[in-house]
Amino acid sequence: MATDPLFGIHPDALQFQRQRMEMLAANIANADTPGYKARDLDFGKLLAAAQQQPAGNSVTQPGHLALDNDSLKAATVWRVPTQPAADGNTVDAQVEQSQFAQSALQYQANLSFIDGRLRSLMTAITGQ
Amino acid sequence: MSLKIFDIAGSALSAQSVRLNTVASNLANADSVSSDAASVYKARMPVFKAEAGDSSPDTASVRVLGVVESQAEAQKRYEPGHPLSDKDGYVYAPNINVVEEMVNMISASRSYQSNVELMNTAKDLALRTLSLGK
Repeated sequence: MATDPLFGIHPDALQFQRQRMEMLAANIANADTPGYKARDLDFGKLLAAAQQQPAGNSVTQPGHLALDNDSLKAATVWRVPTQPAADGNTVDAQVEQSQFAQSALQYQANLSFIDGRLRSLMTAITGQ
Repeated sequence: MSLKIFDIAGSALSAQSVRLNTVASNLANADSVSSDAASVYKARMPVFKAEAGDSSPDTASVRVLGVVESQAEAQKRYEPGHPLSDKDGYVYAPNINVVEEMVNMISASRSYQSNVELMNTAKDLALRTLSLGK
């Protein structure tokens, strides 16, 4: 599915949002763990890396997002704390929750795009 | 939608419920007096640690490393009429700060709620993904 031109970037974007939500979930889960540093995935960094990368092992087409461990690691950024905590934890539950909500919404938007493509396919197949 | 979010949020749920349990135990025993300072109840608290997953080191679930006992000195009270008082008429009460425990409880229950919300959102997204093209 990921290499199918019909769906474009959306399956890759779904993967990215899923990875990002996992990371944000880990942040929220560790909101009370002393010394835990909150992390996030930077889509801009991932996209810039994907645009420079030629087609190779991890991607079949230039411009496709490579979501292997190395590229995800390169796109991982530490959250800059707004209110430093005495125990070294940098999780701000409100920030993480709003980012998670944003990510979930983008995931749903991507789902809608894929759903739309599938519907067009069905229309083409059934001819109705 | 991978099910790893459920593992992560689930680990946080169990960690926070351990924390709630220790708070309940501390509050329940706030007035459990004893006749010597050594055997008095000591406030308990869990120690959380972030534990990175095997497959992806970037996401971490929470693990309760253990439950430690507070080192706070027992409170010595002069109550000669108390059945548990020692020969000088003193009883020893655990040095539990009830206000601190209540704050701990609220924090734990808020964190628990956040993680439940997380699971609900993840479940909704997974269900929507499953119903693609229907």
